Amino acid sequence: MSFTDLTILFGQENDINTGFEKYIPNIFFIIYSIALFVFYNMRIESAQSGNFIDLLWKIFVTGLLTTVVSLVLKSLDLLMGNTSLIQNPLMIDFLYHIHLGLLVAFLVSTFVVWKRLVLYQKSKLLLRIWRFFEYLLLISLIGNLFSSDIIEYILYPLVIIAVFLSANMKWVAYLNFMQKWKSILLLVLTLLYLVYFYINIEEMQSNYNYLDVALDSVFITSLFIFTAIYAAFSLLVILFNLPTSSVFEQKLEEVVNFQRLSQSIQTEQSANQVYEILLESSVRAAKADAAWIEATIDGKELVFRHNIGRGTILNIKQFIEAERDNNLFDFNNIDKRIKPGKHLKKLKGIDFNSIVAFPIMISEERIGILVLLKELKEGFNSELVNITQTFVNQAGISIEGFKLMSEAIENERYKEELNIAKNVQSRLLPKILDANADFDITAFSEAADEVGGDYYDSFKINDHKIALIIGDVSGKGTSAAFHMSQMKGVFHALAQLDLPPEEFLIKANKAINTSLDKTSFVTISYFVLDRAEKMVKFARAGHCPTLYFDKEKNRASYFTNKGLGLGIVRNDSFAKYVQPRAFSYLPGDILVLYTDGITEAKNFKGDELGYDHLAKIINENAGLEAADLQKKIIAELYEFCGQTDLDDDYTTVIVKFK
Amino acid sequence: MVYIDTTKENDITTLKITGEVDASSSIQLDESLGAVVRQGDPKILIDCSGLNYISSAGLGVFMSYIDDIKTSNIKMTFFGLSEKVRSVFDILGLDQLLNIVTTKKEALSAINEA
Repeated sequence: MSFTDLTILFGQENDINTGFEKYIPNIFFIIYSIALFVFYNMRIESAQSGNFIDLLWKIFVTGLLTTVVSLVLKSLDLLMGNTSLIQNPLMIDFLYHIHLGLLVAFLVSTFVVWKRLVLYQKSKLLLRIWRFFEYLLLISLIGNLFSSDIIEYILYPLVIIAVFLSANMKWVAYLNFMQKWKSILLLVLTLLYLVYFYINIEEMQSNYNYLDVALDSVFITSLFIFTAIYAAFSLLVILFNLPTSSVFEQKLEEVVNFQRLSQSIQTEQSANQVYEILLESSVRAAKADAAWIEATIDGKELVFRHNIGRGTILNIKQFIEAERDNNLFDFNNIDKRIKPGKHLKKLKGIDFNSIVAFPIMISEERIGILVLLKELKEGFNSELVNITQTFVNQAGISIEGFKLMSEAIENERYKEELNIAKNVQSRLLPKILDANADFDITAFSEAADEVGGDYYDSFKINDHKIALIIGDVSGKGTSAAFHMSQMKGVFHALAQLDLPPEEFLIKANKAINTSLDKTSFVTISYFVLDRAEKMVKFARAGHCPTLYFDKEKNRASYFTNKGLGLGIVRNDSFAKYVQPRAFSYLPGDILVLYTDGITEAKNFKGDELGYDHLAKIINENAGLEAADLQKKIIAELYEFCGQTDLDDDYTTVIVKFK
Repeated sequence: MVYIDTTKENDITTLKITGEVDASSSIQLDESLGAVVRQGDPKILIDCSGLNYISSAGLGVFMSYIDDIKTSNIKMTFFGLSEKVRSVFDILGLDQLLNIVTTKKEALSAINEA
């Protein structure tokens, strides 16, 4: 303000000293006006966009300041009375210009605020019209320099545009009841300031007719008219909007409540809280006198009450039960259609006369009921019922969200458990297998799910004998993993007994029978590698035929001995299905153990890798070391499958003799 | 997916299995076979000519009825197995426990003898 005041003074003093140069004060006036505009623009710019009362308050403060200064000057004028100083035309001219400066300051500050209000939620067109309005004002301001008659004609379009712009007052709709009253007060004050300035300047002009006739200036006149029109329009619109503001506020509250309900999912509130919010929101939205919600949460029947006792609820429910045939709705049979405004007038001793109920649904399943009560008869119109229904729907969605969320958490926990199982199981498969100077051994295993049913292991029976096992449990996943771990137990218990392979199978069948369910079985091949005899003895229990590469014949072939899976025959007759075999090994021979996940691996056409393909891989790569050969098999397997996922567990154990 | 068609002709019940029997579809197989066995139909033919694939779970279903069939004196014969499916039965050793033949004619004569 001090800056503007200085400008005023400076402007006026120059006016006095250089009275003969007509355009110089005009230039100062233009600079002053533009400076004010820039100053207020900056100040108002920083104000919060939605706080309209704040903006109006700013006008009020500026108006108060300017009118107070103006009044002080006037009272000084009166005090000094008819002294010669006051009668001096120069002095009067000076005072007059100060009054004028104050008016312009008030007008410009108001103009800037109006700009914010007019352009609230602006359209492109509105912005263009506003720009045009500003340019016209600028032209009228600069036009003062030339005091040409043409400038006078700008007044008409300016006033027309001002009226048009004054129709833009969307901000009014966003005021609540209190804010509207405040706005009315501030607008009335603004208009009072304008009236005061008008009378004041008009008076000075008529008293001293040698003054510049400022009110004839197109700039000041149009600015004055615009600020006055907008203030008057806003005042009227707010006045007319006062009675409907409660509706707007209610709508706003509904939106807020709606948001609360939807947000309750994200904020990890419980189902209880959702019901509480629903009860509160519905009571407010439907203006109900009392309400209750019955809901089932985690199998427990819960009742949320608002302004109603348990006894009254029971009374009403019994009454409705009794009157069911009398076209009152049936609580237990209420469907999605609402029957609003039913009467309870027959029910003595209860103040409520209207009742309406809403089922709370989760995907076609009723999880609760909301009942609203009113003392008025026919108290629930369809509008209120609709908005309440929306709340109820949203609450249903929120609660469903909870359910899904807790299910997701549960799933996450299961996943975690499975991961633990996977880790435990991976420890059941040995990383390093027992070997001796006669052979290298390497193994690879991968499960289709987190855990699998494939098994391999080795056991050092004595310094020249090593037991080796490969196995596959029927099925996949968790149950297979359990049986696999049982198989490991059986293997380690029996292997130390140094049994011939057929005996091992017979005992293993007996041992594992008890823990396998009727449809499950385990296939294994059991080998005893004897370094002293340079011989391998083995037997097969339903497992995939063993592939053996014979260096001398330079050819891989499958052993064809018979066998029966463990757990298929659960009596002593199992023994007759076992055919033990033995062979001597030579350096360069390769023993290839695998599970059916490899031979039955499918490509995109549905073709299986097959036994011939596996034998071919071995034939073509028999020169490789055990580890490299294994890598080759896996690489060939992946290449064969391509993009197709392997949906079974797959394992290989390679023994290369040297 | 598997389709199981149960037909009864005189005293012979035929189960025609079409499609693939894996862990999930083996339940269906179990239901169909279980119903037939519980009814006590004395002669059961399993037509595998439409069976493309059988997993260990599917084999487990047949395996689980071996004892019931023996004790109830039921004659059950498989026929029409593809080479691939046949080898799955053979490797597990089920060929030693179940009666598996090539054609329906052989199956009928096997089931009707004595």
